[in-house]
Amino acid sequence: MSMNNVGRPTTPQSTTASGGFASLTGGRGLLQDEVLIFERGGWNKTGVDLPEATMQADDLGDLLRREPIGLPGLSEPETLRHYVRLSQKNHAIDLALYPLGSCTMKHNPRLNEKMARLAGFADIHPLQPQSTVPGALELMDRLAHWLKTLTGMLAVALTPKAGAHGELCGILAIRAAHEARGDAARKVVLVPTSAHGTNPATAAFVGYSVREIAQTDDGRVDLADLEAKLGPDVAAIMVTNPNTCGLFERDIVEIARLTHAAGAYFYCDGANFNAIVGRVRPGDLGVDAMHINLHKTFSTPHGGGGPGAGPVVLSEALAPFAPTPWLVHGPDGLRLEEEAIGEAAQAFGRMSAFHGQMGMYVRAYAYMRSHGADGLKQVAEDAVLNANYIKARLGDVMSPAFPDGPCMHEALFDDEWLEGSGVTTLDFAKAMIDEGFHPMTMYFPLVVHGAMLIEPTETESKHELDRFIAALRALAEAARAGDVDRFKGAPHLAPLRRLDETLAARKPRLRWRPEAPASLAAE
Amino acid sequence: MRYLPLTPEDRQQMLHAIGASGIDDLFVDVPRSAVLPGPVDLPGFAGELEVERELGALAARNVAAGTVPFFCGAGAYRHHVPASVDHIIQRSEFLTSYTPYQPEIAQGTLQVLFEFQTQVAALTGMEVANASLYDGSTAAAEAVMMASRVTRRGKAVMSGGLHPQYAQSVENLAHASGVATVRLDPAVDGEDAVIAAIDADTACVVVQTPNVFGTATDVTRISAAAQAAGALMIVVTTEAVSFGMLKSPGEMGADIAVAEGQSIGNALNFGGPYVGLFACREKLVRQAPGRLCGETVDAEGQRGFVLTLSTREQHIRRDKATSNICTNSGLCALAFTIHMSLLGEVGLRRLAALNHQQAVKTKNALAGVSGVEVLTPRFFNEFAVRLPKPAADVVEALAARGVIAGVPYSRLNPGAGMDDVLLVCATETVTDGDIDAFRTQLAEVLA
Repeated sequence: MSMNNVGRPTTPQSTTASGGFASLTGGRGLLQDEVLIFERGGWNKTGVDLPEATMQADDLGDLLRREPIGLPGLSEPETLRHYVRLSQKNHAIDLALYPLGSCTMKHNPRLNEKMARLAGFADIHPLQPQSTVPGALELMDRLAHWLKTLTGMLAVALTPKAGAHGELCGILAIRAAHEARGDAARKVVLVPTSAHGTNPATAAFVGYSVREIAQTDDGRVDLADLEAKLGPDVAAIMVTNPNTCGLFERDIVEIARLTHAAGAYFYCDGANFNAIVGRVRPGDLGVDAMHINLHKTFSTPHGGGGPGAGPVVLSEALAPFAPTPWLVHGPDGLRLEEEAIGEAAQAFGRMSAFHGQMGMYVRAYAYMRSHGADGLKQVAEDAVLNANYIKARLGDVMSPAFPDGPCMHEALFDDEWLEGSGVTTLDFAKAMIDEGFHPMTMYFPLVVHGAMLIEPTETESKHELDRFIAALRALAEAARAGDVDRFKGAPHLAPLRRLDETLAARKPRLRWRPEAPASLAAE
Repeated sequence: MRYLPLTPEDRQQMLHAIGASGIDDLFVDVPRSAVLPGPVDLPGFAGELEVERELGALAARNVAAGTVPFFCGAGAYRHHVPASVDHIIQRSEFLTSYTPYQPEIAQGTLQVLFEFQTQVAALTGMEVANASLYDGSTAAAEAVMMASRVTRRGKAVMSGGLHPQYAQSVENLAHASGVATVRLDPAVDGEDAVIAAIDADTACVVVQTPNVFGTATDVTRISAAAQAAGALMIVVTTEAVSFGMLKSPGEMGADIAVAEGQSIGNALNFGGPYVGLFACREKLVRQAPGRLCGETVDAEGQRGFVLTLSTREQHIRRDKATSNICTNSGLCALAFTIHMSLLGEVGLRRLAALNHQQAVKTKNALAGVSGVEVLTPRFFNEFAVRLPKPAADVVEALAARGVIAGVPYSRLNPGAGMDDVLLVCATETVTDGDIDAFRTQLAEVLA
């Protein structure tokens, strides 16, 4: 260790988590430990000042809830402490690169948050008279126009609440279209082996059987296998493009042609639309339906697992079967058609109550308007550039799954380069946490052994990319050098060490319960 | 462009490092015929000020609920949300994080979900709850699918008091999956009618309380009848604040309880995003949809939380999953949890009592208007009235006079022949002055 002339160490003393140091109370500096609200809240405490009702609810008699509910309360300052302390145990995009492949963790502009909170959007009721919400309908219409223009599709169903909900919407529209022409024989949906789990889950959820399409050595749909499996029993194919290997399906137009020739529809999983937005329109590729994750491509925040929004664009063939409600341009301006009547009778139904994720529409529209047509094209180009930069700079120390040719918005590596090191993909990913980064998507797609899928997005600077690359190169070197403990024990510097997921699943404890009295526990 | 950090020099350096001569080299796999020759036909980029102007102008054309006497409910409710809730959910660590797949660096989100699940289980009186679904209506649809899996039966019976858009959401999913549905005729107080519709094929009975007409019902008898026939009892609640006053679904024998959680912590947002609450008996949990957060320990024995029982889910089980759901409603669930922690049991009960009080006052005021008949016998914070004119016309006339009077039932169920029924809701945000304005204006419109 070197020291400066007042005795202050100038190099780190230790690289281990605690350095052998123990605080007197178990404290960990600014990282505060925090128990559950059920262990610290007051059973008679509240942080909301409300007047007591002056009327008795005698009219409700036996309907009244008389037993304690079991909800502790906190004052306002305690509430802030509790949740701010918890927040500090989370990684976030605002903190560092979040390279989860297929998840598109890009910057979430705060302007969008501000706009979504305008009272004219946030404080309007879905069922107040339509004459009192023309601005909301106009916003939905403008969003729809942008989505249709960017995708080159005829119609859009705005209401689906997330990507998987959008898949459901698209598959139901496809089913309705087959039924409308009296074709009830189609019971199969084709899905590539590399697909997101939601694709087969969606198809199976509504009663289709799922058949897998093989993949070629260069990571794309095997056309010969597709052709062999297409037939009069196939209702649709579901293909992600760019696919989950981060590659553009070169034969996409041929895939669409073969699909249509077999009487089936082409559902495109649009999770990766961010790679081509503004440059390529899925409508020009022969797609019949595609969901757009507003929380990916159009940057509405992921919020620790939602809410999302998954509008579905539809081709001319599927447009008549869109779910209710939808917007109609009438003589008195925009109107929301909430029931499938008259010309709209082919609608397959309703995806949910009300009219979809308005709060997400406002955010996504603010994002699109901010970028404009030119900016969105730049989004796709920078996303692809950043991913290829990572692939190029890590290609010599890790093993790209598809080394030949460029990738799109994400770079996929396999674990061949870790062979014999004693370090697994999981270990490597956990060690990234110690270096200050969120792990990449691991073990997905399933077609690549020990997959590591890295998606930087366009909102990372070259400085941050270089920092990330340097960290991964250093880790790769450590893995090669046999520094296995660094990986097996990782993470060392996170709020918690590796968690026992097997225990959690074997003995599920899904809620807090008051501790059993000692007498009971002894039994 | 303010959101794009790369400079032209960065781009050149990076292309050089890649060995590409230009950006088009990276798009070589795209068929040439599919590449757009120029930008799509949409406006160019806009600064913050410009975007604020455009969206501000659109927002200003809508009548915000807080600016007028406001009486809409029917599945979405205007409540006051404490300022600290919105502050906390906008913290970067909550707002800009992903689904907690890496538990070591997502304990914040995970502990919140564990608290959320516990709160939801307590509120609904059920044993366990999941980490949220999209909203109440999709939660109801998922519950029906789950009941069909559990009972291996193919029919759902829905009460006539179920919110019609919930019923449509259930029908959509159920019919696509081969589950038949029986929807009983709309009836203000007809929950008991479902008992007669239960048979040996019935997978579940779906009953809403308080129902879409506001009627609060003790559904214990229905639960017993359903279970005696081997079916599951699904209780739907659209107004989560009612849990602070009325008997819980669990107390009334529910096997699955689903609810819309928007009332707690979340704004009206013109219908979304909201948060679906889903709770059930513990023995059924392996058939439940959506994320579940569970307690465990880390390598040093410290308590921690993880997503668990994921072998039910699409990313593991693919076509054998219990649901296709992936993204749910995390941030809305966080808002719910914070608001509920602020309220506590004391605050929730007080809030519920205020809602009930304002609704009773509103009912009393409207009952005094000539030609108005109150239809709902027992209610929490919303009720139905019969008007001497079509409710939709009355609502439009009152809107022109600056009162948003409620929801015409015909808007939810146009073919039901109940054009004269108006659904009225009053929460704690309704003042006595609002009620007075409503009564006065309604009397004039009906005169």
